[in-house]
Amino acid sequence: MGGDGTSTKLSGPAVLSRKPLAYAALALWVGLLAATPLLGDNYTVRIAITIAMFTAMALSWNFIGGFTGYPSFSTAAFFGIGCYVGALAQRNGIPLVVAWTLATLAVALFAAALGLIILRLKGHYFAIGSIAVVEVVRLIVSSWGSVTGGGDGLNVPLLQGGPEAVSAIVLYVMLAIMLAAFGATVLVDRGRLGFGLRCINQNEDAADMVGIDTTRYKIAAYSLSALFCGTVGAVYASWVGYIDPTDSFSILLTVKVPVMALLGGAGTVFGPIVGTGVFVLLEEFFWANFLEWNRAILGGIIVFLIFFLPGGILRLDYRRLWRDLLARRARQRSAEAAE
Amino acid sequence: MDILQILVNGIVLGALYACIAVGFSLVWGVLNVINMLHGSFIILGGYLTFFAWFYLGLNPILVLPAVALVLYLLGFALQYLFINKVVTAPVLTTLTLTFGLDMILYNLMTVYFTATPRRVTLDLGIVEFLGVVTPVDRLLGMGLALLLTALLYLVMRGSTIGRAIVAVRMDRQAAALMGIRVNRIYAITFGIGALMAGAAGAVFAMVFPVTTNLTGVFLGKAFVICVIGGLGSVPGALVGGLALGVIESFAGFLLGPQHAITVGFVLMLILLVVRPTGLVGVKGYE
Repeated sequence: MGGDGTSTKLSGPAVLSRKPLAYAALALWVGLLAATPLLGDNYTVRIAITIAMFTAMALSWNFIGGFTGYPSFSTAAFFGIGCYVGALAQRNGIPLVVAWTLATLAVALFAAALGLIILRLKGHYFAIGSIAVVEVVRLIVSSWGSVTGGGDGLNVPLLQGGPEAVSAIVLYVMLAIMLAAFGATVLVDRGRLGFGLRCINQNEDAADMVGIDTTRYKIAAYSLSALFCGTVGAVYASWVGYIDPTDSFSILLTVKVPVMALLGGAGTVFGPIVGTGVFVLLEEFFWANFLEWNRAILGGIIVFLIFFLPGGILRLDYRRLWRDLLARRARQRSAEAAE
Repeated sequence: MDILQILVNGIVLGALYACIAVGFSLVWGVLNVINMLHGSFIILGGYLTFFAWFYLGLNPILVLPAVALVLYLLGFALQYLFINKVVTAPVLTTLTLTFGLDMILYNLMTVYFTATPRRVTLDLGIVEFLGVVTPVDRLLGMGLALLLTALLYLVMRGSTIGRAIVAVRMDRQAAALMGIRVNRIYAITFGIGALMAGAAGAVFAMVFPVTTNLTGVFLGKAFVICVIGGLGSVPGALVGGLALGVIESFAGFLLGPQHAITVGFVLMLILLVVRPTGLVGVKGYE
């Protein structure tokens, strides 16, 4: 693993994951998000919820897209199914927490079954297949009116308490999911599974040869990438009180989540957290200031990301950047002195 | 409704679908890039045709080559300036990049052109043959779509550029050694992909209303057709397009129109797993 560009695929996590500083920063970040109900108004809390929610999904995507290197775009299918299972369960009188659990399990099972089929595909075909899954599920949900309410959507029983209490509850639940996803990431990263997944990322045939059960590993990664999205979806449905197919299965969501993980650094432990934080805050800023152009600006961020931050924020060599900056300063100064 | 009518509707639709997908298939096959911009290119072509017809009173068929040229230049520039830089990167990168570019183009179109559905109205009446009723403008659209697809086929088979594109597709390194400027061929290929999308959009606007909200629908059709027909070849797109048109037409009749699109996608997922090279695809090109 020399310093050449190709090795970045494998060597990510060594940069930050074992440093206590990174954990301290994470604790501070979670603390800050958790304190928003005390510090800010409802708008700030909403941003904190959005960050926690998308961080959980970006961390989830990281299992399949980052560690394993499979370009999955099926996040919206998992999220949407989570929304609908949670909503339908609640409408049928199942208690809240049970409904959320049910949604989580249903999505994980769905992903495992689906993975059995589409994880046989690779590269472009896998990408297309995973996008098609979102479309198929969306179309089925919107045409199955008798159960899902079709295009009219579904009302979900609202949480008890005033708007502030509800936001606080949703925030803490989302933060808990985010931390669970993070815990799973750390375990996978350090364990056998993570090692196997990285091997598959590097060379699937070789991984198979040395005795890694690639099918089982990939399905495990795919199910992990679905699990927390299902919970997030169900909690989201309870939070907003109304879901419809276009909102739940949006193609924008399915691309946004990988972009967040990429922004921080795919395949790293902390990358998705950093990427999501930066992305959501930028998005919020652009929504507030350039409403009409927000989509183009997000597109611009993506283009910028691909060209200038190909490995994500965490993979930048900051020491080198700093050295270059100092060197440039020194050169400027010597040039001035020469004049 | 009688079977013949459904079949004719399906074939008319299928010819338009083939024209929509052929550029997408070419780009995927040659550049190995899933072009998320394709749907927006189609709509842009449709809108430009509509504006030329509505505000300048030009005949849409005469406008079509001009629209195609504009789209070609746009596609060439996008590939040359952006996509060429990452063209060998994994699919996650190229797909995300074209999606980002698509968000920008989409936003520009909705702001400057708005999302109002627009259609070039030709009022050519209808024809009836063997009890099958078809509007003349649809037949015209089908004819144009097939003509454009055939033209692309001839260019790919017969011209130097076409042969160079095929050579790059077969073996990038060998093509470079033979003196083909690969990056330029990539830009030309992407330009042709955009050109076909624009032309398809122009044809579409003469038959159905087009709006920016349809970009995703067109993109989805292109996915499905490519997988059904097989990648990167003109006949593949033609077979895939016609197959999808006929399947949707029959599925709409048998199961209700809301299920027609679902059937196409499900079929695509099945084919992806069972036969990823498509019905007429060649093995080893993926």
